[in-house]
Amino acid sequence: MMCDWIHPGLLLILAGLISPLIRGVWRSIWILAAPIVSLWLIWSVPSVSECTITFLDYNLTPLSVDSLSRLFATVFSVVCFIGTMYCFRQAKILELSAALVYAGAAIGVTFAGDLITVFIFWEIMALGSILVLWSAGTRSSWQSGMRYVLIHLLGGVVLMVGIVAYSQETGSIDFIAMSPESLGTWLILAGFLLNAGAPPLSAWLADAYPEASFSGMVFLSAFTTKAAVYVLLRGFPGTDLLIYIGLFMIFYGIIYALLENDMRRILAYSIINQVGFMVCGIGIGTELALNGAAAHAFTHIIYKALLLMSAGSVLYMTGKRKCTDLGGLIHTMPFTATCGIIGALAISAFPLTSGFISKSMITQTAAENQLLLVWILLQVASAGVFLHAGIKFPWFVFFQKDSGLRPAEAPINMRLAMLIFAFLCILLGVMPGLLFWMLPYNVDYVPYTAPHVITQLQLLLFSGLAFFVMLPWMQRTLTISLDFDWLYRKLLPCSWNIAQRNYGSLETRIKELGNRVICSVGLGISRIYGNEGFITKTGLTSYAVFVAMIFLLGYLLFYLFNLT
Amino acid sequence: MKQHWLYRTGTSRKLWILGSIVLALTIMAELFISLHPYFAIERLFSFHALLGFISCVVMIVFAKLLGVLVKRKDNYYDDV
Repeated sequence: MMCDWIHPGLLLILAGLISPLIRGVWRSIWILAAPIVSLWLIWSVPSVSECTITFLDYNLTPLSVDSLSRLFATVFSVVCFIGTMYCFRQAKILELSAALVYAGAAIGVTFAGDLITVFIFWEIMALGSILVLWSAGTRSSWQSGMRYVLIHLLGGVVLMVGIVAYSQETGSIDFIAMSPESLGTWLILAGFLLNAGAPPLSAWLADAYPEASFSGMVFLSAFTTKAAVYVLLRGFPGTDLLIYIGLFMIFYGIIYALLENDMRRILAYSIINQVGFMVCGIGIGTELALNGAAAHAFTHIIYKALLLMSAGSVLYMTGKRKCTDLGGLIHTMPFTATCGIIGALAISAFPLTSGFISKSMITQTAAENQLLLVWILLQVASAGVFLHAGIKFPWFVFFQKDSGLRPAEAPINMRLAMLIFAFLCILLGVMPGLLFWMLPYNVDYVPYTAPHVITQLQLLLFSGLAFFVMLPWMQRTLTISLDFDWLYRKLLPCSWNIAQRNYGSLETRIKELGNRVICSVGLGISRIYGNEGFITKTGLTSYAVFVAMIFLLGYLLFYLFNLT
Repeated sequence: MKQHWLYRTGTSRKLWILGSIVLALTIMAELFISLHPYFAIERLFSFHALLGFISCVVMIVFAKLLGVLVKRKDNYYDDV
């Protein structure tokens, strides 16, 4: 069956693939226009519309729209537009083109009505993201990109096996709410969680993202993890296990960010921390909690992009990423600093910022459901977010000791992008209704009550006090922190080196044996199929005619005998 | 080069005084507004302030201790 609607995700993917062929100012117009057209399409497709394509024996539904998918697709196209505005004059065309494909694939995931379509866009997303990462063109981006792509291909395979098993178990590939109780659903859950940055394989995020270009990380932070949040919201709402996984991610993010020296790696760890809040909300699974998780994904994409744009501007103008090299940039980059601080306040859920209205929905649910421990941990985590992202990032980059660096402000298009997102962070915080009407369930929640504002201010301001009281403990050192990736970055290569040193002769013997086996097999094959081989040697045409005659004669005889 | 006002001597002291006043105000506000708590533990006076401060100190100390175990020089992976 044909579809009456243009797929907004496919449109972006095509626009991304075509963009390198266009030259000059038209290319800039093309790249900036594509996300806007996509956003327009997202809102012009009616909610009930579904179109199906028959593929093998399956009915695929590449465009299935409801309020949840539209919410995510909207923020994906918005961040794609502002992100390209941020860097269309500075970034390489490979990065911009890949970013459009990447954003289009993420939108494709949100509109997928069946698991095969999810999988296809999931893999396109992996390809788009790795190209964004590699377009940085540095040796470290190449290496961390290889590790990134290995982990994500593994996740893709796990997801695919899960989908195959699920379709065998249920006979259906519809993407509906599941619960992890069979092989298929467990593997699908594992594949989704891997992209969300869940333990144990969460190190890929902080390993790879900070190696992207100054603008690449803005795109990377937005799509992969939040598309994972979307599929978890749709596929596994109310799965208790997710509460605990989410809590682990929250505290993992805080503790590792506290130890970190690289400003963009601090923000990378805080992505895991924030996704942890969403995963936890999905695990609680009430309507308020699911609304909260969706709303938090929406606001998070915007303030995290803003934080990374501010960090990206610092990187672009100074070439430095480490807190130990930075400081005192408030002197000459007050605009970038102000935008960074607005993003930092929003991520910390300060009243009047977007984080306040979304995160509090999740903590509120824990309170209403009398989950005391979960609630306390979420409150502690909110304090921890202010500690590691809300104060630490701006403090060590724009304030602290004066590094003597006096860079100018970033170019005008970068500043404009930051200004728009800073404005959005505050606008959503002041007028939460703008976001609430887009949420999947009816919102019966008032964020601004006097007790809520007072308790939140107490919590955050006193954690700020703790930061400055403990400042000597927070001094940065030229270090990194070991993580699960130590296993494949250090242990495996080292054991391989040791094995080679000790069993080097064994290795040569195995290689020799292998060579002999391959040689003799090859020789045998060439005896049969080679130039003078039994089967392929050239014969005379008359000989072939003779053989054919014999066959025809035999056939005739056979026919005659059968007749009688 | 002109120093930013934040870096002038005396500013830090003024900011600490201003900050302390704001902190005191957020706690004082609890006297005038009933917080309708969800849990019994919230009835403790200035519970959220205590929670924020103590938990942050604990997290910083925990991170410091964990750092002893997991911190390495930042060229650690370069020599593999």
